[in-house]
Amino acid sequence: MRIGVITFPGSLDDRDALRAVHAAGADPVALWHGEHDLQNVDALVLPGGFSYGDYLRCGAIASLSPIMTEVIDAAGRGMPVLGICNGFQMLTEAHLLPGGLIRNDHGMFIRRDQRLRVENTSTAWTNEFAAGAEITVPLKNGEGGFVAAPDELARIEGDGRVVFRYVGLNPNGSLNDIAGVTNERGNVVGLMPHPEHATEPGFGPDTDAAMRSGVDGLTFFTSAITALAAV
Amino acid sequence: MPTILVEVMPKPELLDPQGKAVAGALERTGKGTFDVRVGKRFELTTRADVDDELLASVRRIAEDVLSNGVIEDVVNVSVVEPVAR
Repeated sequence: MRIGVITFPGSLDDRDALRAVHAAGADPVALWHGEHDLQNVDALVLPGGFSYGDYLRCGAIASLSPIMTEVIDAAGRGMPVLGICNGFQMLTEAHLLPGGLIRNDHGMFIRRDQRLRVENTSTAWTNEFAAGAEITVPLKNGEGGFVAAPDELARIEGDGRVVFRYVGLNPNGSLNDIAGVTNERGNVVGLMPHPEHATEPGFGPDTDAAMRSGVDGLTFFTSAITALAAV
Repeated sequence: MPTILVEVMPKPELLDPQGKAVAGALERTGKGTFDVRVGKRFELTTRADVDDELLASVRRIAEDVLSNGVIEDVVNVSVVEPVAR
């Protein structure tokens, strides 16, 4: 199973995403934004960071990268695609996911270990979670406020396309506490928090059991492997 | 050379935290009480003649690239005379 991680100019969590793929038991494949080659990967991760320095709008310029032609095509064919933070912003800019992300309502960058509820366990990236599971993964963003027009928001909610909701505290003013959404087919998922930072004991969020032992993010990647094995 | 102006604003119904921060600073420094919204102005300078076709193409660029219709509105596309700088 080959899972590709695309590096854009200004990506900063691509290495962690590659490590997470490896930790989950798949083969990580480093991909480059300027190519038109997905190197026969079975799934794709668009990592976090500050591509093009957040110029124009977060993820906007990266969403026009050469490789995005192939990403949009692969997503249309049903390939699992995960966008994390800046990767989520790119997927909304590329119209692969609904809604948009704006500056946090409090105007500040925020970093915290964030509690989330998994609202949809039928996507390619969440099928191994129990319905309604609550997980903790790191969150770090300045422009993570999820917004959509009222009718669009109603449609997203009605179709069950909210995949993750913030629990306990809404860190950025996202409408309906939405942390992540999926497309109609459930193969493309985007979220602001960072599952790839919670995949290795010793480097994840604190848990009641031990400091930095949280590995809730690993299930995103094992879910993709399960989804691919089922094809 | 002719310049085409494109102006983009955050949608009026959405919170504009940047504008809020500027308004807060104006208030704090005693410069006055305002509602402030921060938008963007793009200047597209071209060697080509500005005709309807070019303007239509710039309008498409404004909608598709320079703004994101989910969070922003294009509020102005217009031609300005070259300004000496």
